[in-house]
Amino acid sequence: MSDLLKFDLLSASIALKNKEFSSLELTNAYFEAIEQTSALGAYLEILKDRSMDMAKASDKNIKNGTARPLEGLPIGVKDMFCTKDVKTTASSKILENFYPTYESTVTQNLWDDGAVMLGKLSCDEFAMGSSNETAAKGNVVNPWLKNRKMSPGGSSGGSASAVAARSALAATGTDTGGSIRQPAAFCGITGLKPTYGRCSRWGIVAFSSSLDQAGPLTRTVSDAALMLNSMAGHDKKDSTSANLEMPDLMNYLDKGIRGKKIGIPKEYTQDGISDDIVSFYEKSINWLKDSGAEIVPVSLPHTKYALPVYYIIAPAEASSNLARYDGVRYGKRNEAASLDEMYETTRGNGFGDEVKRRIMIGTYVLSSGYYDAYYLKAQKVRRLIKEDFDNVFEEVDYILTPSTPTTSFELGKKQDPLTMYLNDIFTVPASLAGLPGISLPVGLDKSGLPIGIQLIANSFDEPGLISTARVLERSAEFNFIADGAAK
Amino acid sequence: MSNKESIVDIPTVNKIARLSRLNIPEASKQNLTNDLNNILGFVAQLDEVNTSDVEPLASVTGHKLPLRSDKVTDGNIEDLVLKNAPESSSGFFVVPKVIE
Repeated sequence: MSDLLKFDLLSASIALKNKEFSSLELTNAYFEAIEQTSALGAYLEILKDRSMDMAKASDKNIKNGTARPLEGLPIGVKDMFCTKDVKTTASSKILENFYPTYESTVTQNLWDDGAVMLGKLSCDEFAMGSSNETAAKGNVVNPWLKNRKMSPGGSSGGSASAVAARSALAATGTDTGGSIRQPAAFCGITGLKPTYGRCSRWGIVAFSSSLDQAGPLTRTVSDAALMLNSMAGHDKKDSTSANLEMPDLMNYLDKGIRGKKIGIPKEYTQDGISDDIVSFYEKSINWLKDSGAEIVPVSLPHTKYALPVYYIIAPAEASSNLARYDGVRYGKRNEAASLDEMYETTRGNGFGDEVKRRIMIGTYVLSSGYYDAYYLKAQKVRRLIKEDFDNVFEEVDYILTPSTPTTSFELGKKQDPLTMYLNDIFTVPASLAGLPGISLPVGLDKSGLPIGIQLIANSFDEPGLISTARVLERSAEFNFIADGAAK
Repeated sequence: MSNKESIVDIPTVNKIARLSRLNIPEASKQNLTNDLNNILGFVAQLDEVNTSDVEPLASVTGHKLPLRSDKVTDGNIEDLVLKNAPESSSGFFVVPKVIE
C-alpha cells in the first residue's frame, strides 16, 4: 500500500492511465493514510463512501479510455469551499451545521475533471489566521518534527498538513494575504496563489472579496500546474472573474529561464528574518543565476506599508461580508427576546476571538468619522504598492523573495495578534497588488524545518511563474519527507 | 489618524460592538480594547505616506464589471433557500417578534 503514496499528482495520473493501479486502490491507500495520521487533525470531514463511488466511476472512465485530466486522483478540500450536501463550516462554530445546497465553481471544476474528494480540511476560522489555531475544532499539527507539535501555518493549515503528511495527494486552498503560500512554506510543500480573477470566488466563503483567491497546495510545481489548469477559468457567477483563457500550464514546465530577469527587492531582507532563511534565499538567487537568469536588484519602496494597508482593508471587507451570519438564513442561532439581542448573542457566541477582533477593526475603520482616515487612506496606499510592482515589472520578469520571515513555530505559544500578523509580511504585498505568487520548499533550517521561497510574477503570467519555479525546484532538490507523514 | 480621538476606550468598544451586532462579555472588554489599540496604533504608520494626489484602489481586476440583462435565471427553490435556516415556517424565515 505504502508504495502508492510515493506517487505525486502527475505521476499518479500517468500510472492510473497506464493501469499500474486503480483509482480505488489509490483512494484506499489515502484513507489508510488519513487514519494513520489522524492525530494531526487536518480533516474535519472524511467522505469515504462518496470518494469510493467517485473512484469507481473514474476507474470506469480510465477503462473506457475517457479519462479526464484529474481522473481518479484523490484530493482534499479546504473547508472554505462550499460543497453540495457536504458540511461546510469555514472552521467556525457559527456554521457548525451548514450544508450548502450548491457546489463552489472551483470544486465543481475539479470534479468535472475527474478528481476524487477525500474530505474537508481544517483551516483558521473564516481563513483569519496564520497558524491554524483559530479553528473552532482545534489545532492542526504540522507533520514536520511531529513530537514538537509545530504549527502548519494558516489559514490553509489543514490543506498544507495533509499534503505534507501524504493524507491527500493535493488540496485546495484560499489565499487572502498569504494563506496558501505561508502554510506551504511551513509544511515543505508547494503553494500557488493565482492572479486575482483567475479562479472563480463563487461558492467560496467570503472573507475579503478584493483579495480572496483560490489555489492549489501540492507536492511539486508540476502538480500545481496540473491542478490549477482545472481550477481556473472564467465564471459568469463571479463578476471579478477574468474573461481570459489560461494557457495549458503543462506546456510551460520545461521552458527554462534563460535570459529572464529576476528582481531581488532590497526591502525583503530586513532585521528579524532568520539566518537560515537568508542563507537559502541567497542560494536560490545563485541557482537562478546559474540557470541563465539575470539577477537585478530592485526596490519596492512601499513594502513596509503593505501589512498596515492589509489590516485595514481585509477587516473592513470581512466586517461587511460576515454581516450575513445573522442566525436567520443559515448557521447557528442563540435565541433571545428581541431581534437585535438574537443577532448579538448569536454572533457573540458563534464567532471566535480573532474573527471578532477583525469585525471590530473593520467596523471601526468604516465607521462615520474614521472612514477617510483609515479605509480611504489604506486604499490610496494600496495603489502605491501596486504601482511599485508595476514599475518593477517594467524592468524584470519575476521577483524572488523569502516566503516567510521564520520557519514554523510551536503551537499554543500565545502570541499577540500583531506578532502573528507579521507572518504574512512577505506574502501580503503581492496579494494587495493581485499578483500570482508561488512558494516552494528549498531546504531545511538547523532544527529540520522546511524553508519556503516565493516567486512573484506579473498579472496573469502563471505560465512564466511555473517555468521559473520549476528551475528553482530542480536546483533545490528538496526530497525530504516529514517525519509525521504516512508511511 | 494617530491623533488621540481615534484611540479606542471601553465606551468606543461598546459602540463598535453594537454596530457590529456582537455581544462582548464584560470580562474580555479590556483585552479587546488593548488589542484594538495595538492594531490601530500599528496601522497609523500610514500617516507617513503622502497620498495627496493618489486615487484610492478598490479593485485590481482592471476590467469593467460585466453587465447582464435583467432576466430571472433561477428560482422556485424555496426549500433549498430555507434548508439551512435555524427556524422557518410556511415558506418564511422565522425571527423573534419585531413589533410591539
